[in-house]
Amino acid sequence: MAELSIVLSGEAGQGIQSIESMLTALAKRARFHVFATKEYMSRVRGGCNSTEIRISRQRVTARVARIDLLIPLTKEAIAHLGDRIEDSTLVIGEKAIVGYDRMIDLPFSAIAAEVGGAVYANTVAVGAICALLKIEAGECERGVRAFFERKGAEVQEANAEAFRRGYARGLALGPGLAAAIEPDPAVAGEIMLTGADAVALGALAGGCDYVCAYPMSPGTTVLTAMAEYSKSFDVIVEQVEDEIGVANMAIGAWYAGARALVTTSGGGFALMSEAVSLAGAIETPFVAHLAQRPGPATGLPTRTEQGDLDLAIYAGHGDFLKIVLAPGDLEEGFSLARAAFELADRFQSPVFILTDQYFVDSYYTTPAFELPLAPPTRQVVETAPGYRRYALGSSDGISPRGIPGLGEGIVCVDSDEHDQGGYITEDRAMREAMVAKRLAKIAAARKAAIPPKLFGDPRYKTLLVGWGSVKAPVLEAMAALARPGLAYLHFPWVHPMPRGVREYLEAATTCVAIEGNATGQFADLVELETGRRFDSRILKCDGYQYTVEELTERISALL
Amino acid sequence: MATNAFDFESKPDISWCPGCGDFAIRRSLLAALQELGIPRGKLVMVSGIGQAAKMPQYVNSSFFNGLHGRALPAATAIKAVAPDLTVVAEGGDGDMYGEGGNHFLHAARRNPDIALFVHENMVYGLTKGQAAPTSRVGMRTPVQVFGVTSEPLNPMALAIAMNVGFVARAFSGDIEGTTRIMKRAILHRGFALVDIFQPCVSFNKQNTLQWFKENTYPLEEGYKADDRAAAFARALEEKPFPLGVLYESAERQPFEELLPAYREDKRPLRERAHDMAALRAAVMAKA
Repeated sequence: MAELSIVLSGEAGQGIQSIESMLTALAKRARFHVFATKEYMSRVRGGCNSTEIRISRQRVTARVARIDLLIPLTKEAIAHLGDRIEDSTLVIGEKAIVGYDRMIDLPFSAIAAEVGGAVYANTVAVGAICALLKIEAGECERGVRAFFERKGAEVQEANAEAFRRGYARGLALGPGLAAAIEPDPAVAGEIMLTGADAVALGALAGGCDYVCAYPMSPGTTVLTAMAEYSKSFDVIVEQVEDEIGVANMAIGAWYAGARALVTTSGGGFALMSEAVSLAGAIETPFVAHLAQRPGPATGLPTRTEQGDLDLAIYAGHGDFLKIVLAPGDLEEGFSLARAAFELADRFQSPVFILTDQYFVDSYYTTPAFELPLAPPTRQVVETAPGYRRYALGSSDGISPRGIPGLGEGIVCVDSDEHDQGGYITEDRAMREAMVAKRLAKIAAARKAAIPPKLFGDPRYKTLLVGWGSVKAPVLEAMAALARPGLAYLHFPWVHPMPRGVREYLEAATTCVAIEGNATGQFADLVELETGRRFDSRILKCDGYQYTVEELTERISALL
Repeated sequence: MATNAFDFESKPDISWCPGCGDFAIRRSLLAALQELGIPRGKLVMVSGIGQAAKMPQYVNSSFFNGLHGRALPAATAIKAVAPDLTVVAEGGDGDMYGEGGNHFLHAARRNPDIALFVHENMVYGLTKGQAAPTSRVGMRTPVQVFGVTSEPLNPMALAIAMNVGFVARAFSGDIEGTTRIMKRAILHRGFALVDIFQPCVSFNKQNTLQWFKENTYPLEEGYKADDRAAAFARALEEKPFPLGVLYESAERQPFEELLPAYREDKRPLRERAHDMAALRAAVMAKA
């Protein structure tokens, strides 16, 4: 057997997360590739949520519809998962609570009570799952102890006992699941983290030392991660009164020499758009992490969508450069977050990292990120007397950026149209020169753009085109289809449009856009840029990421 | 050579109306900055939008003239990132108490070491004569054609209620008095509010220079500014309004001094870099 898809489902606050975190830690420890993603309702208690965990011999980075093993914690879980429960799905849990005919009864709570209380029920469940996975018991038990290391010897011992009992009951279920999954020794040196963690680490690698935000799901994930890192790195983290304050604070921080990050979601980002324009006008760097969720307005607060691309590229009034990056996997989450700071500093412009709820909340095993030896250098100059912040004359529109307190000069920035020194002007020639300066940066950024990456058959007939978090499900669907003449063009850099895109499209007979939104916002941009219309658009706006099966079927229907 | 380090060698083209109280406030500001001996390269003037918010354009120092109402978040960050700088935020009553009202409240809570000078002329100037948050009830304008009905914002009482450590009211007609108060505000460690009464000669025919003279009085000699309750009572007084430092307390620690980044290391962020070995360890902590 190559892999297993396990789903845990129940109410918020019922313990899904404890089972999930313990199980994934044990599986990683046993050198399995692990992928986990969750979907949850916008409520703190109750409702019905689920977490999917894939445990595999090979790297897995996308969600699947198939459920091999289901652990329902409530009656509602069965209805919630609907037709994802098939005859082949093994359903294990407390029959007295769940009341599902087809399930195998395993009374976690009763077993936990024998150990000392209902609090151990989750560990009992983990024990049973590990037995079904045929992970060696002793190694697992060491893992359980390590998991509860900080809780003291008594808690460790009780959980080890709960685990042993759960494991024994799991074994007693008989073969249940087919052959054991082979571990992959390579997993030993790998890391396992969420998209939010990847963005946070990338930001640190990019020299981020100031973070401000107003809490908003799912953007808060990066705020929380950075707050934790502020214990060990010199990072100022401040929760601000509103997103307008957030963005203006971040621009003030960059002006004074920091590398600031804001993190938000669509509604909060909308409030920042005047400040985005300010960053464009005063040519001060700005980095925003925008974790998308379905809109309009409050929309589906805890679910996922790629619906804010237009919002991002059209943010702010007036003409100026904005760079939009969209990671498709954890490595890109790290490397693009890092690049965002370098790009913002280099082009003295706003840079947005577009992720989504699915991306920030999902996690999996991946090779450790490569880090440079030296920290990034702040791209600022020591000013001399007579320094002018907006000196004209460079072909790329970039003038050396001074910061107050560094050098003898003064650094004057004004949201009004200004002259080279930063002083307000309505001189027509100066206005035109400043517009040209700002526009030159757009051209320069396009030249520096990260080009799209082609996966699959280089002599393709059908070209799939996507951006951001659809990357992983598309790649796995393509692998499942195994068709010659099929390729996927992935855009980690989505705006301004990299050059050479038309050539990719013209080489195909059929072009298919794949996005997680209702209209195909990126497809529109590609059409605008290339003049080539997509033959089909695969779209989705139900608040969930594509499953591999769903994409496989929808792509297959077009071939 | 200009006699004041913060003035320009050639006279700047100032866009205020002739007779505007802003000119007097500028004289007070330049004098205060000069007399305090602040190194010119270490001052940042921060403002939003409005006639008063153009002040940084007319001070020969670094400045950040951002968006309407948003001076305080930017100023807070500048001071937090570079505590070695002197940061002065300046703007009008509409900018700071209207559009920026929420930031004013939260700057008061955070207590960054910033001096905030608010030009209070009880009217909107740059947008030509509409009501300000501080306009008196009954004032008629081209928009409030039946007269203002909302209660005017009381910045003195609000700031004292928020426990701002330096709360003062000045009057542009008293240049020396305003200079003295500005100097104390800049020296105060923490958020300092100076609300400066000034006439708007173009749009406020009600609250004129004469009106301010007739409706204010200087706090008496021997007034004790360290009694918060007494200061609050004074802040509620109207017609005449008291002028001077109503409340002063060194009790609260400034925002940036409380930031963990400065607990052991006092250097501004621009002089630091992350430890890449620590970052490598942070990545491998996910193994």
